Amino acid sequence: MSEGNMNLTLKVWRQKNQKQKGELVTYPVSNVSPDMSFLEMFDVLNEDLVEKGQEPIAFDHDCREGICGMCSMFINGRPHGPKEGITTCQLHMRSFKDGDTVVVEPWRATAFPVIKDLVVDRSAFDRIIAAGGFISVNTGNAQDANALPIAKEDADKSFEAAACIGCGACVATCKNASAMLFVSAKVSQLALLPQGQPERYSRVQNMVEQMDKEGFGNCTNTGACEVECPKGISLENIARMNRDYLVAKAAH
Amino acid sequence: MALDSKIPEGPLAEKWKKYRSTVPLVNPANKRNLEIIVVGSGLAGASAAASLAEMGYKVKVFCYQDSARRAHSIAAQGGINAAKNYQNDGDSVYRLFYDTIKGGDYRAREGNVHRLSEVSGNIIDQCVASGVPFAREYGGLLSNRSFGGTQVQRTFYAAGQTGQQLLLGAYSGLQRQVGMGSVKMYTRHEMLDVVIIDDKARGIIARDMVTGKLERHFGHAVLLCTGGYGNVFFLSTNAMGCNVTAAWKAHKKGAFFGNPCYTQIHPTCIPVSGDHQSKLTLMSESLRNDGRIWVPKKQEDAEALRTRKKGPNDIAEDDRDYYLERRYPAFGNLVPRDVASRAAKERCDAGFGVNNTGQAVYLDYAAAIDRYGKIEATKQGIDASAAKIVELGKAVVKEKYGNLFDMYEQITGVNPYDEPMQIYPAVHYTMGGVWVDYNLMTTVPGMYALGEANFSDHGANRLGASALMQGLADGYFVIPYTIGAYLSNEIRTKAISTDHPAFVEAENNVKAQIDTLLNIKGTKTVDYFHKKLGKIMWDKCGMARNAAGLAEAISEIQALKAEFWKNVRVPGSADELNPELEKAGRVADFLELGELMCKDALNRNESCGGHFREEYQTEEGEAMRDDENFAYVSAWEYKAESNWELHKEELKYENIKIAQRSYK
Amino acid sequence: MSSSSSFFTSSLGRKFVMGITGIFLITFLIVHVGVNAMVFLDSSGELFNTAAHFMGTNWLIRSMEFVLFAGIILHIVQSVVLTRANKAARPEGYAVSGSNVNSKWYSRSMGLLGTLILMFLIIHLCHFWVEARFGIWGGIPEGTVAGTHDMFAQMKIIFSNPIIVAVYVLAMISLSYHLMHGFQSAFQSLGLNHYKYTPAIKAIGIWYSIIVPVLFALMPLYVHFVINK
Repeated sequence: MSEGNMNLTLKVWRQKNQKQKGELVTYPVSNVSPDMSFLEMFDVLNEDLVEKGQEPIAFDHDCREGICGMCSMFINGRPHGPKEGITTCQLHMRSFKDGDTVVVEPWRATAFPVIKDLVVDRSAFDRIIAAGGFISVNTGNAQDANALPIAKEDADKSFEAAACIGCGACVATCKNASAMLFVSAKVSQLALLPQGQPERYSRVQNMVEQMDKEGFGNCTNTGACEVECPKGISLENIARMNRDYLVAKAAH
Repeated sequence: MALDSKIPEGPLAEKWKKYRSTVPLVNPANKRNLEIIVVGSGLAGASAAASLAEMGYKVKVFCYQDSARRAHSIAAQGGINAAKNYQNDGDSVYRLFYDTIKGGDYRAREGNVHRLSEVSGNIIDQCVASGVPFAREYGGLLSNRSFGGTQVQRTFYAAGQTGQQLLLGAYSGLQRQVGMGSVKMYTRHEMLDVVIIDDKARGIIARDMVTGKLERHFGHAVLLCTGGYGNVFFLSTNAMGCNVTAAWKAHKKGAFFGNPCYTQIHPTCIPVSGDHQSKLTLMSESLRNDGRIWVPKKQEDAEALRTRKKGPNDIAEDDRDYYLERRYPAFGNLVPRDVASRAAKERCDAGFGVNNTGQAVYLDYAAAIDRYGKIEATKQGIDASAAKIVELGKAVVKEKYGNLFDMYEQITGVNPYDEPMQIYPAVHYTMGGVWVDYNLMTTVPGMYALGEANFSDHGANRLGASALMQGLADGYFVIPYTIGAYLSNEIRTKAISTDHPAFVEAENNVKAQIDTLLNIKGTKTVDYFHKKLGKIMWDKCGMARNAAGLAEAISEIQALKAEFWKNVRVPGSADELNPELEKAGRVADFLELGELMCKDALNRNESCGGHFREEYQTEEGEAMRDDENFAYVSAWEYKAESNWELHKEELKYENIKIAQRSYK
Repeated sequence: MSSSSSFFTSSLGRKFVMGITGIFLITFLIVHVGVNAMVFLDSSGELFNTAAHFMGTNWLIRSMEFVLFAGIILHIVQSVVLTRANKAARPEGYAVSGSNVNSKWYSRSMGLLGTLILMFLIIHLCHFWVEARFGIWGGIPEGTVAGTHDMFAQMKIIFSNPIIVAVYVLAMISLSYHLMHGFQSAFQSLGLNHYKYTPAIKAIGIWYSIIVPVLFALMPLYVHFVINK
């Protein structure tokens, strides 16, 4: 139908499994339509590889509308590719030019080991949430939802922090593979709400402790994470976490 | 086998209250020894798992994604309904109940829907308590909007990311239990069979998708919270990984499948752009609040638009057909989803589609921009030029819908402020699912289905903002009580060894299927079959169906299935991460499900909700229900390949008077 | 559920130490540059020598000297620990890096810039502080008042060498970039980020990291090209 006429050279990281070494492999792709998403371009390439009897490229993806946080891919040196404020599944081929060479690598961090090709293990994020990224309220405990008014400004800020999709782009792009933006987003979301107050200071300690255990690097405030975050999570959250952590350690 | 829906006796409003207070309990010491398997970690699964673990049960949760947080509940945009009446606009439990039954075209159970409506308020309380940042007013209280054409404002929301916020709330509760050791989480695991021992569900076979290892897991009960099966159409708004496999394996082991033909087609999605298309993107229904939907009146204009000889702005106002406003003057562009979708299809089928595929209509904001611009000019007290009005109007529209407009431009490359958006309906939700009784138990004792995976609460059509409500109702407030009715009799059942022959046999069957798929070594990819199946389903069992088409579809699907098992090519091996193998297993099940959907649609000789049979329509082209003969739930029992037996659960309306739905 | 891990060995604690020592060193630079500026006010060097003498003999300043060295050492030790942890957090790098788009080069090069500054610091200490305290290489010329150092004279000797002047100027360029990131980064690490005040902090930081190093760099240039002529 409306397949296009762009030709690209892809260099994709291929790695059989966690133990074996990987390498960049070159694939020419042709007849790419500018209307395709980046992942659809990979679908077409994979179809092609299967038809040729080769192993398709494994990559994480699911919702393909920029919200599940599953897709990753470090494209030409940037997580989720050259455009800001979007995930890889929202990146369309019209953002590239005919004849471009595109290098696609997995997220790289000790805490995110490569499972296969472009697929990495991000379960460290789950463990950080399990360490404290919640409000301890059992089902059935809740009072009426309107019993506690929350200033709109706080609720909005909390929501902005809660918009994090846990994709790991912040870790991937940080020169230190630090997870501060991710952790601080959850810490902030709950610290800004009255419901989050009872556990505010134990939460930040427990989450930071788990973050450190997972082997993420440290924040040097380069701000790359904020630029690359598909959901625009602000560095203010990191400052808030720093503050809460200091108070927690000093007074709790 | 007679179907027993187990709806408690008594007046409608008392049923749940009384049942909840009399359902048998399990004492805390015994709970520690009872194991529950939850498959799926979306709203239903995560909320159920967390709640059950809090109560003291030992819980195992399985999901195919790399984290529980990624389940597709996350993609829901609009909101969640609850009968809180915070807006003092006359909402009540009864009104939500009534709207849901009516919206479902009188094909849902009164008892279930009333319960759903009763617990809806608790859901909001629970979510707020667990840190969900819903939208608020300046006074600090929760904000509501009206959604999907209801007359009250009962929808709670968090910008356009309500599903995300609710799921993350449920997920954090789940992770809390994981941290405390009361839930064991298995990510990147896919359930490939249930294990039945002495006619009861006793466990599952799951594949570790990273190592390929097959695992046996025992449970006193198994909860399927695995979502809907919209991906049978290949193109849908579902996530790529959404599948029917868990539900289908359960079905083949004895769980009846309810109303498989009820599919919701969402009217406002971005149209297909080419063969490469992998999924469809939903544009929030809220866009219909201000946008006007039209196609050209003249065929030659449509032709010119399709070949891009003309643009939409070249079509004169008089040459535009605002067909929803024309056909439904009372509701106009705000008619329910099924009606809006069918009307778009009708125009496109008649040759008025506006893009190169002929499968798109316009959603136009020009009038809204003009209207808002004028209001804004008046507000600011300026005598604005036409250009200034447009500028002011665009600013207002940007404020209200900016993120959606950006998303549209991102995907299509067209600026929707200057040119009307193109939209077309797409598969969005499946009302059908595993048949369950009032306890949410399937026809297999000990096996439950929650959320979109079951068939229960939406009848033939789901209202906007009700899916989130149902998923959380089932998980937070229904299953924690109703599971006691079963588990209180299981306290003497010791954990069964996974060396039991039933586990061995189930694992061997799964292994055999995987080996078969890998050894066909045919010439066609899995997606080839999936796309073909999707096309058959969309063309013949989609927005409109007819007997001849459905009969054709059944034989086409059977032929496709035969070809699949002869000629599919699955590369790689079983003992590694192998996405093609995963897809192959899912498509194999979709091929069987597709046939049942067509069979169900063929059986239902009426039009209702998401099921529109062309033979059964009024002269004006509206759906025509047949309450005399079809006021029942179709529950299909699997007998053998391509062989099902239909059981009918009669729907009794004791509190609501059945009426024709009209939006004229 | 309070955790027992120590603040100072946690990632955030270490960052806090980096930030607090950084701000301390920033305030020290103001004092230092203030004393230096005496040279521009009085080219005879008398004013400068008086200030230097005060700095070298006042008990409060002298005791702060220990704090200063402690601060510098802490700043360095923490940065080494953090850098090692950061390297371990990504042992295998990317084939292509697009970091120029999302961050400033100097914010990513604090370790390198800091190392250059450290090397300079050692040279600088040898030139003045070590000589004043221990007189290893002949000591500092005696001032007009017996028992005092003529630091101004020492400066004229040191800055007569154009290579040393160049080293000082290059070091100040490193310092400038180090501060350009470090100033606002320190506030962020301490958790001081507020939409009202942060823009001001950032602006002050930029001015500071230009003005202070420029003043420092002007001194050897002034001595070499104006006073020594």
